[in-house]
Amino acid sequence: MTRIRFQQRLDDLKEQLLVMAGLTEQAVQRAIEAYRERDLSICDLVNRGEIEINLLERNIDQAALDLLAMEQPMAGDLRFILSVIKINAELERVGNAAKTISDRTRNMERMAVAELPINIPKMATLASEMVRKSLQSFIEADAEAARAVLTMDDAVDAMNKSAFKSLIKVMEEQSHLAPQALNALMISRALERVADHATNIAEDVIFWVQGDDVRHHKSLNIVQEQQDKGGTTAT
Amino acid sequence: MRTEHTFRAKIRALTDGAATGLAVLATVLVVAPLVAIFVYLVYRGAVSLNWAFFTRNPVPVGESGGGMANSIVGSAILLGVGSLIGIPIGIAGGVFLAEFGRGTKLANAIRFTADVLNGVPSIVMGIAVYSLVVVPQGHFSAFSGGVALGIMMIPTVCRTTEEMLLMVPNAVREAALALGVPNWRSVLAITVRTASAGIITGCMLAFARVAGETAPLIFTAFGNVGWSEKLSEPIAALPMQIWVYATSPYDEWHRLAWAGALVLIVLIVLAVSLVRYVTSRGVLKGAS
Amino acid sequence: MGVGIEVANLNAWYGSNHALQEINLNIPANHATALIGPSGCGKSTFVRCLNRMHETDPIARVTGTVLIGDLDIYKDITPVEIRRRVGMVFQRPNPFPTMSIYDNVAAGLKLNGYSSRHVLDEIVERSLKNSALWDEVKDDLKKKSGASLSGGQQQRLCIARALAVDPEVLLMDEPASALDPVSTAKIEDLIFQLKAKYTIVIVTHNMQQAARVAENTGFFLNGRMVEFDLTHKIFTNPSDKRTEDYITGRFG
Repeated sequence: MTRIRFQQRLDDLKEQLLVMAGLTEQAVQRAIEAYRERDLSICDLVNRGEIEINLLERNIDQAALDLLAMEQPMAGDLRFILSVIKINAELERVGNAAKTISDRTRNMERMAVAELPINIPKMATLASEMVRKSLQSFIEADAEAARAVLTMDDAVDAMNKSAFKSLIKVMEEQSHLAPQALNALMISRALERVADHATNIAEDVIFWVQGDDVRHHKSLNIVQEQQDKGGTTAT
Repeated sequence: MRTEHTFRAKIRALTDGAATGLAVLATVLVVAPLVAIFVYLVYRGAVSLNWAFFTRNPVPVGESGGGMANSIVGSAILLGVGSLIGIPIGIAGGVFLAEFGRGTKLANAIRFTADVLNGVPSIVMGIAVYSLVVVPQGHFSAFSGGVALGIMMIPTVCRTTEEMLLMVPNAVREAALALGVPNWRSVLAITVRTASAGIITGCMLAFARVAGETAPLIFTAFGNVGWSEKLSEPIAALPMQIWVYATSPYDEWHRLAWAGALVLIVLIVLAVSLVRYVTSRGVLKGAS
Repeated sequence: MGVGIEVANLNAWYGSNHALQEINLNIPANHATALIGPSGCGKSTFVRCLNRMHETDPIARVTGTVLIGDLDIYKDITPVEIRRRVGMVFQRPNPFPTMSIYDNVAAGLKLNGYSSRHVLDEIVERSLKNSALWDEVKDDLKKKSGASLSGGQQQRLCIARALAVDPEVLLMDEPASALDPVSTAKIEDLIFQLKAKYTIVIVTHNMQQAARVAENTGFFLNGRMVEFDLTHKIFTNPSDKRTEDYITGRFG
């Protein structure tokens, strides 16, 4: 087979991205555990992990840039490298979300324990399951598995919306619990963002494997419908 | 080892010097006879050169003041006729061999014939033309002499033309064809033109060779002590005249023979140089 | 203006070698179309079928139809005439070595009977301007020979020579492969400008060049045309795996 060195470099890039993925998954898991156990030492671990994640993000982007400049990748190779760059960014943001959860947890630790009408662990399980599945679809270049991830986003969105409503109610009716409720709300939002990033990763995998750009399909469909009806569309 | 390198370097330098020396020696050996001949000719012949030599015709033995005017003019005429016959036929043959008949049996036959013709002894050529032209015409003539010389020019012109045309890169031919130029026109206007320098050299080679031929003229041009009025008359030629004078028992004629030989060589060199000069003036800067 | 080319069921043989098999292809007018493929895949043979240059080889044979505009080039017209409408630029620049720059450009016209000095002057100047060579040679038109120019200039001279006979189609067989990057870039810019007036078919083994200049690309392999599509599609998401393997350099 020709271009062995190039293939080697592509494999190395994939490896690096998977290390990055592992670190971010671990960060999310730790952040949720810190919340459940109210354990500040775990928060420290998350902070340290964040530094590593950021460094890796820079290295991956540099490696990808070099490949683009030096190897003139085409077709599938080109789409792969582009996807790696995008997934890299998404993973870094997942890491940021994990840090947010950890920071909020640290904040709440000083406060009294409150019974809040939301299920953070369940949301967390769903969100991190989405991340895991989207990365699995990347490892196996499986567009169908990636499409399956896209459908899971709605559940997390719904949970986040309901959490929003419930926590607002708590803040109105039990104002002494407002600090805890606010923190919990921010954690809920962070988890919803994690789910969004997982969705984006899945979309990037589909683009790489099939050459299909499936992003923003909902809003683009709405625009298409309006255009079909003959109305003017606000840009 | 540094010492080893130096030793080897010295051997290399010596070998290089020896080889260069041998090359120079070989060149000298080749050029020396040429130079020797020329110097000797000048030595023996220059003394007999005077105005009369170039303007007067031969005079009977015993009289002085004779020249070789008619031989010089006669050679020019014979070579002119010969070139008119030999060069067009030769070039046409070369063009056919290189451009139209490549690989065909006819081309092989033509090439073989040309090579055989080249090897025919010049005396035999003279006898052949005697039978083919002189006998039917019933007299010796300048025309038959021209024919003999012309036929002898054909093989050289033909083969050189072919070689030079084959050296024209195919890319040039393709460029012409791709412009929508018909093949025959491409051959003439482009390929032949590209090879023209080499073709002219070939013609010059043939010219120089037959300029000094004597044997084929003995039974065809025959020679003349005076001027020839028409091509159908016998005509004098410089090489033939030199031979007649050189093989005679008279000293006066021997001297004239030396002068004639010198003039012959000089005229050939002049003719070739003139053609070179005229054709090179049309060559552009940078063209090879 | 350029014309489109329609190729239907084109087969070509060199003796018993079936060099092109069932080629079907539409080349749009006033566009540049690139043909890519590995050595020996038939792309050069194909292009030479478009101006009947393959017929210069006595053992060559062709079946099928090639329509240039609405002219069937194998039935309605002679090889010599089609070559006046379909110009060709070769891989190695091949100016006529014993002719001046002026004579080189005018060669196609002079050899086809045009002799008016005034008209020739005008056409030579126009062709050299169209091939971006005028400014560099306008003072030496008749003094310098075609062969005394640099490689890149020689190739532009050959382009000018081809354009002088006012063709409708310009075939370019790896026109920049013998040139350095700067000359290559000049030739590519030129192709961009020429598209407006002519239909251009460019054979190249340099995929980046195909990507830079051509709207459409065809991939040839072993005498067949495997895929023909918009260039950007071929290079970002080709339909055929063989195309993908070739483009990404993965063979074997």
